[in-house]
Amino acid sequence: MVNALIGKKLGTSQLFSPEGDVTPVTVIQAGPCTITQIKSLESDGYYAVQLGFGEKRPERSNKPLLGHFKNSGKGPFAVLREVRVPDVNDFELGQEIGADIFQVGELVHVVGTSKGKGFAGTIKRWNFSRGPMSHGSMNKRPPGSIGCSASPARVIKGRKMPGQMGNRRVTVKGLKVVDIRPDENLILIKGAVPGGRNGMVVIKKSGKF
Amino acid sequence: MKTLLALDREQMRTDIPQFKSGDTVKVHVRIREGDKERIQVFQGVVIRKRKGTVNSTFTVRKISYGVGVERIFPLHSPLIDKIEVVSRGRVRRSRLYYLRKLRGKAARIRELRPRPK
Repeated sequence: MVNALIGKKLGTSQLFSPEGDVTPVTVIQAGPCTITQIKSLESDGYYAVQLGFGEKRPERSNKPLLGHFKNSGKGPFAVLREVRVPDVNDFELGQEIGADIFQVGELVHVVGTSKGKGFAGTIKRWNFSRGPMSHGSMNKRPPGSIGCSASPARVIKGRKMPGQMGNRRVTVKGLKVVDIRPDENLILIKGAVPGGRNGMVVIKKSGKF
Repeated sequence: MKTLLALDREQMRTDIPQFKSGDTVKVHVRIREGDKERIQVFQGVVIRKRKGTVNSTFTVRKISYGVGVERIFPLHSPLIDKIEVVSRGRVRRSRLYYLRKLRGKAARIRELRPRPK
């Protein structure tokens, strides 16, 4: 059994319960993922399957990759991700895996790439306080002191400073699966998921495996 | 996007009548008290409609014992038994926040009369 799937975030919506409670959900197109490679203990030293997801035009793929896809017999995929499995006896190349590996009510981790905020200052990036904006203030948005003086005579590592914010890998743990549509391979997950619409995400079952 | 919209459509109700800001409506709300369920009517002026798909809401304002009460309802909530339009109001804007400052006669809204042919 595979414990993870690649998906595309379609957007967010909400569901009403019969009691009138609203659940905010993220809709993810999860799968169908195709097994493009099987890694076994003998050949690679560990067990894993490589999953392919999303369409890509053949001319957008390079020739080595096209050759790699030929093994599974399915067209070029936009994303490839490897998933560890306990053993690979049940899998074969080209096998399709859909959203039905998850169950309603199950907890999942979702890995995605967060929305990029560019080079951000300390106020936006680390929630620092701002100085007064008026009355001749010259301390509007700078970060302030970054450490002590002659001792230690350096800036301690890990100091919160301006820099790139967002556009990095983010994992959100323990999200609940609210609904699954196996026909359309849709998964509805309660709460927010990293990244914008049409972003690629990996959905994993929570817990060790 | 298309599937997302289709998903929203499943949740949306089709039995809601058309109404606008300025209209006076009766909202029949289901209320659960223990095991029993009863229906309470909230009548007032619609002062705002937030458009959207499933997430659209509307705000109803009424004066209850001299105190202004506003309630925001999700338009597609299953708690709404039905919505009755009591009268159509003639207003010139979509958000009637100015009603909050007005009392009594000044807070009336002129009724929309169908144009004579």
